[in-house]
Amino acid sequence: MNILEVKGLTKRYANHTALDNVSIKVPKQCIFGLLGPNGAGKTSLIRSINQIISPEEGEIFFDGHLLKPEDVFKMGYLPEERGLYKKMGVAEQILYFAQLKGMSKKEAKQKTKIWLERLSLIPWHKHKVEDLSKGMQQKVQFICTVIHEPALLILDEPFSGFDPVNAQLIRDEIIRLKDDGATIILSTHRMESVEQLCDRIALINKSKKVIEGTQSDIKKAYRNNQFDLTTADPITIQETPHKMIHESTSQLYGYKQTIQLEEASPNDLLKEVMQKTTVLGIQENIPSMNDIFLEAVQNGNIKKLTNEELNA
Amino acid sequence: MHKVLLIIQREYITRVRKKSFIIMSILGPLMIVAFYGIIIWASISDGEEKEISVIDETGWFQSVFEEQDDHFIFHYLDTEVEQGKNALQKGDIDGFLHIPKSFSLEKMDGIMLYESKGLGAKAVADIEGKLKKKIRTLKLPQLGVTQEQMKALNKPLEIRTVSLNDEGKESDSHVTISSIIGIIGGLVIYFFVFMYSTMVMKGVLEEKTSRVVEVIVSSVKPYQLMLGKILGVGLVGLTQLGLWIVLGVISTTILSSFVEIPYDQIQEANLQNQANQVEIDQLSHVFYMLHDFNFISILVVFVFYFIFAYLMYASLFAAVGASVDNETDTQQFMLPVTMPLILAIALSGGIVSDPQGSLAYWFSIIPLTSPVIMMIRMPFIGFGLEVIISMLFLFIGFIFSVWVASRIYRIGLLTYGKKPTYSEIFKWLLRNN
Repeated sequence: MNILEVKGLTKRYANHTALDNVSIKVPKQCIFGLLGPNGAGKTSLIRSINQIISPEEGEIFFDGHLLKPEDVFKMGYLPEERGLYKKMGVAEQILYFAQLKGMSKKEAKQKTKIWLERLSLIPWHKHKVEDLSKGMQQKVQFICTVIHEPALLILDEPFSGFDPVNAQLIRDEIIRLKDDGATIILSTHRMESVEQLCDRIALINKSKKVIEGTQSDIKKAYRNNQFDLTTADPITIQETPHKMIHESTSQLYGYKQTIQLEEASPNDLLKEVMQKTTVLGIQENIPSMNDIFLEAVQNGNIKKLTNEELNA
Repeated sequence: MHKVLLIIQREYITRVRKKSFIIMSILGPLMIVAFYGIIIWASISDGEEKEISVIDETGWFQSVFEEQDDHFIFHYLDTEVEQGKNALQKGDIDGFLHIPKSFSLEKMDGIMLYESKGLGAKAVADIEGKLKKKIRTLKLPQLGVTQEQMKALNKPLEIRTVSLNDEGKESDSHVTISSIIGIIGGLVIYFFVFMYSTMVMKGVLEEKTSRVVEVIVSSVKPYQLMLGKILGVGLVGLTQLGLWIVLGVISTTILSSFVEIPYDQIQEANLQNQANQVEIDQLSHVFYMLHDFNFISILVVFVFYFIFAYLMYASLFAAVGASVDNETDTQQFMLPVTMPLILAIALSGGIVSDPQGSLAYWFSIIPLTSPVIMMIRMPFIGFGLEVIISMLFLFIGFIFSVWVASRIYRIGLLTYGKKPTYSEIFKWLLRNN
């Protein structure tokens, strides 16, 4: 079951097309990574889902039905450019946003207290936002986004401005929200967060969606038969018929080299090497999301996912 | 609707709670009282008494300078001119008037007024007036005019203005009172519209620069946000006005119990100076005229113009705030919006002197100027078809400006970066979301 389904979305501005026939599917209770370089059209897509802008073509389905204005109550949006009323108190502000998202005052008060406790902001609840540190302001903003327990959360760069400790805190909260049943669309440039958190990923480049699928499927599609081989003695380029990506470097135990296999299987490689030296270890060099991002965006290398149909 | 209420509530509470609001609520009336107090005091008081020595070699003017005068102390001297000049130079006196022997009714020249510290145009004019008056009484018998004829000439004239309405009913009309009431009404509208529309604009700008809008427009429509803000700030304005009225009433009551107004003396003075007039004093005359005035219709019309002028201008100001990123950039777009308001106030003097002119008529029909101009005209022309037409146009103007503003607002709100040009803003008007 998909909580969100975007079909053939096109949004044009006076001088350029921000979204060109973009379709994505976001299953319930997953963390969906929305990736793409700056200016690719992510914000336009997010704003369309939030009904801030209305696209020229295409449809958006939320929880099985065509997106309705009331659906904003079931969404939470953390924009990249954070914004709070600087002169308003912390608790008061959270209460205001909660009520704007359709919560009753009583309910909003209870939840505000719970969240302030959870993110250890209780001593600050009466302070004005401008008196808070940037990290604390970000926490307040996060609470404002999630307080009404939305079914769909859209977080744009949620970790920016946080120190590692607080970033971990927010990461844990995101996972907890997912475990509680929420679906999260995560738009970020921090690839390590994407690796850690995202179940599914869509990559948007130049107004078009270029890749969509589960993280593992995407990685499978981009694996390129590279192997890290650790041996007792170094292997030189002359000694092997395979392409050497990284030449031997001395490690704590033995030597490590990265080898690209074309036709041969890893077993063939092992057989070759075993005749010359002792093999201490072999591991497939699976590309990181960062590598895939660069490969797809910079080199325009778009791989077709093997089981894309299955995913769709 | 629930959300608009929430926004109104936030806008209202955060503003009313501010220290500056509380301070303005208390100091505002004091400042206004002080402001007008200074103006009135300046126009009533003529400064300190001037000490003037007079050497009158003709001897004709002695009676003039022996008369009691609030503004001058005259020393009618019988000394030499040089002595008088010396006294002036030493600073003992403010001026020294010399009427030479050569002065005659046929050849009226040679009178000198010496001064060192600057006597001021008014003092000079006063002295001139005194001399002229005396010369007149001296000259008239020569021309064959009798005392009785002179008295008859000097009789004061009072015109009673009566306005005749459509049904042929007569009522006293009072130009002065009408002018004052009209200008006060126009000024109040001007100040409030300006102050609170600017507040709306700043609020919009604050939301835009703090990037809070993006969070909000994902839960409410830009139109609702604008409406909530305008209404919320408008309520703040009404609260302030209400507070000022209450404070004003309280403080004048307290003041009047401390200050004793010398009614008897006023009456006495009036009786002496205007023996030929009716036996009522000026103050009760004013009250009599005020009583005669149709306040209800003026008040109703005032409230209408006040509210719709604010709503119209506030929405335009909101659009200005949404179009730009920072306060300095607002200047350019403020100009065309504030021009009509300033023009209306600038024209107020002309409107008072000719409330029926075609200038007055047209500016009281055009919605952007009509609130101020019609408030000024209203006490003169009374409630009638013209006012209804003007109100109707104002309402249409209000609907139109809200439409224009909300279309600029919804796009401007999320547009950052370069300051838009007028043609770009015009395109926003026509663009679908």
